[in-house]
Amino acid sequence: MMDKPWNNRAWLFVVPVLIIVLFSSLVPMMTVVNYSVQDTMGQNNFFWNGVAWFQGLLDPTTDIGGRFASALVRNLIFSIVILCLELPLGIAVALCIPKQGWKVGATLVLIALPLLIPWTVVGTIWQIFARQDIGLLGAALNAIGIHYNDTQDPTSAWATIVIMDVWHWTGMIALLSYAGLKAIPDAFYQAARIDGASRWSVFRNIELPKLQKVLVIAVLLRFMESFMIYTEPSVVTGGGPGEATSFLSLDLVKIALGQVDLGNAAAMSIVYYLITLTICYVFFTIMTQLDQRKGV
Amino acid sequence: MASITLDHIAHAYPGAPGAAPHYALKPINHVWQQGRAYALLGPSGCGKTTLLNIISGLVIPSEGRLLFDATDVTRLSTEKRNIAQVFQFPVIYDTMTVAENLAFPLKNRGVEKNAIKRRVDEIADLLDLRPVLGRRARGLTADAKQKISLGRGLVRSDVSAVLFDEPLTVIDPALKWELRSKLKAVHQALDLLMIYVTHDQVEALTFADEVVVMKDGAVLQIGTPAELFERPAHSFVGYFIGSPGMNFLPATVAGREARVQGTVFDLGASYAAPANGAKVEIGFRPDYAMLHANGGIAVQMLKVEDLGRRRLGRFAIGGGEAIATLAADADLQPGDTAGLTIEPGHVHLFVDDLRVEGARA
Amino acid sequence: MSLELRNVSLKQGQDSIIDDVSLLFERGTMNVLLGPTLAGKTTLMRLMAGLDKPTSGDVLVDGVSVLQVPVRRRSVAMVYQQFVNYPSLTVYENIASPLRVAGLPKAEIEKRVADASRVLRLDPFLKRLPAQLSGGQQQRTAIARALVKHAELVLLDEPLANLDYKLREELREELPKLFAATGTILVYATTEPTEALLLGGTTATLWQGRVTQVGPTPSVYRSPANIDAARVFSDPPLNEFTTTLSGPRATLPRGGDIDAQSLLPNLPDGIYRIGFRVEDAKLGTVSGAPLAFPGQVAVTEISGSESFVHLDIGSGTWVSLVLGVHDWKPGAPAEIRIDPARIFVFDEGGRLVRAPEARIARTSALV
Repeated sequence: MMDKPWNNRAWLFVVPVLIIVLFSSLVPMMTVVNYSVQDTMGQNNFFWNGVAWFQGLLDPTTDIGGRFASALVRNLIFSIVILCLELPLGIAVALCIPKQGWKVGATLVLIALPLLIPWTVVGTIWQIFARQDIGLLGAALNAIGIHYNDTQDPTSAWATIVIMDVWHWTGMIALLSYAGLKAIPDAFYQAARIDGASRWSVFRNIELPKLQKVLVIAVLLRFMESFMIYTEPSVVTGGGPGEATSFLSLDLVKIALGQVDLGNAAAMSIVYYLITLTICYVFFTIMTQLDQRKGV
Repeated sequence: MASITLDHIAHAYPGAPGAAPHYALKPINHVWQQGRAYALLGPSGCGKTTLLNIISGLVIPSEGRLLFDATDVTRLSTEKRNIAQVFQFPVIYDTMTVAENLAFPLKNRGVEKNAIKRRVDEIADLLDLRPVLGRRARGLTADAKQKISLGRGLVRSDVSAVLFDEPLTVIDPALKWELRSKLKAVHQALDLLMIYVTHDQVEALTFADEVVVMKDGAVLQIGTPAELFERPAHSFVGYFIGSPGMNFLPATVAGREARVQGTVFDLGASYAAPANGAKVEIGFRPDYAMLHANGGIAVQMLKVEDLGRRRLGRFAIGGGEAIATLAADADLQPGDTAGLTIEPGHVHLFVDDLRVEGARA
Repeated sequence: MSLELRNVSLKQGQDSIIDDVSLLFERGTMNVLLGPTLAGKTTLMRLMAGLDKPTSGDVLVDGVSVLQVPVRRRSVAMVYQQFVNYPSLTVYENIASPLRVAGLPKAEIEKRVADASRVLRLDPFLKRLPAQLSGGQQQRTAIARALVKHAELVLLDEPLANLDYKLREELREELPKLFAATGTILVYATTEPTEALLLGGTTATLWQGRVTQVGPTPSVYRSPANIDAARVFSDPPLNEFTTTLSGPRATLPRGGDIDAQSLLPNLPDGIYRIGFRVEDAKLGTVSGAPLAFPGQVAVTEISGSESFVHLDIGSGTWVSLVLGVHDWKPGAPAEIRIDPARIFVFDEGGRLVRAPEARIARTSALV
């Protein structure tokens, strides 16, 4: 700490990033805010519209409001479902990763593989995988008599997207948990052996509590990412069948680009953004306070 | 009754083909008795932790057998060995209360509920943990946590041995006193075989009935604290035990007299002439050597250290330096000439680092 | 240079971490901060270094406030309890790192590193990485890095706490010598009274964020200004009891009372707290003498040439230092006798009323 060198030229390295951030997020965001309080009759004529877009959006009895509410519910269900699947699965995988030897590296690479694939490619892979005619999954399931059709049947569509997300992201939770497990001093395991603790007891009383901090981060990351999911369902199901997998982000794009309803889309973006922010903030606060209260 | 027998135990890591194996622990042959407290003492890398790990089952020795009573446990896993261990840093179960932490080893072994409660209360009383029994363990201070670790180590009455791996490292000096005497009291109350690993000679001497002094994988001496202090078998023991350690000066010996460059010391016993070329030294403890204003052997004062309870003087003698205690009434400053006296019988002779016993007559 | 802390306080929310501390450090001096863990030693050092800013009060160098001067512009070096080295740099590069940052010429860097590695006996390891060194060597590397910097203020925060006992003894002997040559202000934090005495110099005792006393180390030991300073500076802990003096009688902890003149001669009525160190607690068989406190032996700890006997006297446990090896059996009746000339008397508020007269030393051994 004492010897940390200081150099004012370091700022020069930061300035380009600041400029990029300014143009890539701050300016577009202000544009969105601008759209959300105005209406247009075309020809680039905009006039002040107050909070009307927001009123409509937040009233479930209106057309747009109803659409927004049901997409929001879909998003929440999706996030909860994938968290409930990925978290235990990720921890389980982490527990199975070997502790030393050449197998460690091999296992880690294998687990990290899905994380290295671009989102659209993931979507495409699963889109093909799920096809009933040539897809391995779709064809196989139908061959053994399970009715599966991800373009016609909402259940099949949901299942496909959920499994795809689990496949894509469980590796990340496994890697995070593995790092957390590695940080537990050997003495704890030795003590547990000497105390005659069962495997379950070691997990429940040593590993899980020591993983808590890592898991908070994992849940936050996975929640944010899953709540904003776009690419994969857009490629695999395109939001269908019907509106079954039409998440907020997909709907937003439809309204903005498909219907060119800029006012509604802008208001929706802002509300969407605020909801994500609030949920994350509340979640983080609860988790850290829980941690502190236990500490007393 | 439980005893631990180290039957020619040694541990070597295989060296390069053809080369001699590297011994982390050289052969040791010893029996540890039920109800006694032992300390393994030595600097880092002396093999004390290897020996402890052999007893706890984390390391399987490359040679020899380990017996608990008459049972050979050399290859038995840790769980099956029936031992308890306390580690350097507190190991507590975050999710449990203090009482649950203490009860854990008993609960896992299916001890009956009332018996658990009785034993937990007993241990909590011994360690003054009674007021915090209902609290969650993770919020407590480091020393309270370490007390819980100690308690978990002591809670089983059926163990063959309780092993302590430098358990007071993280504890403040004042609390160290408290915990150490507590541990000693617990030892007296519980009749367990305890083995305590440390690099701190004060901890070793005050805790143990018998201390095993180790260096470079070899046992140099096993003895009571008084034996180690009064009659160190090896010059390293003389240096390592005591603070400051024993003074050593190269000397020549003739009968009852040792000569350090012209200065004559009375050895209090007569010795045969050491072999030619052997390293011959006399050793005496600062605790038994006194510096006066005058009288005794004239030496040159180099430095005076005030330790509160006593003062120590460093002085030049025979081309080397040594330390002695200042007499209560001696007002000596660096540069002064002081008179050195050594209590009779407290000058030892070491030949090639080993203490030689003289013929008293 | 001189460094002064003037009425420095640090608050974290409602908690007072450092409470109105005023200290003056002069060039070329050895200063010990003695106190238990969490007494505020590390925080105080961080304030001196400029890593933290006090909530109130001022830090002055040569009489000028340096609160606005960032750490990087101050001439400070620090050594921590944990061995802090750059893991990817060799020992040589570790030691040279502050000099490289300062942009010293190559020849000068080489010379300083060579000097430091020689006195700290690191020569054979200069090409190794910290992970390939023993704990003692790692800490010597950290010390060398502080040494080459020629900083005007060197802060050592329990630098030897994680080292082997004997190694600690040796480095403790060397450290003050090393830095004495550079004329720096050396500040050394420790929890151990023995270490403070061995280091000498000036000692400030810390207790709960307050400096309870400052003075030459031996004199703080011999006449602690208050009971907190006496507790911090006693190892083993101070034996204590409380007595109420009224007229000719003084009460005793076990009940009953005693002729006041024999315990607390010439003091006004009131409540007094008595403290005495282990070497002044004389152990013997029960005699029923007036200033003898009977009890039962709890534990005997033999430590080379002396024994510490813990006596349960009913209201608590006292410790007596006995010369030679004596194995008092647990449960055996015994008593601790005190000499009124050898006790510390504190008033009800804990301030020193009377200390034992300075008596040069005893012949006892200290292990």
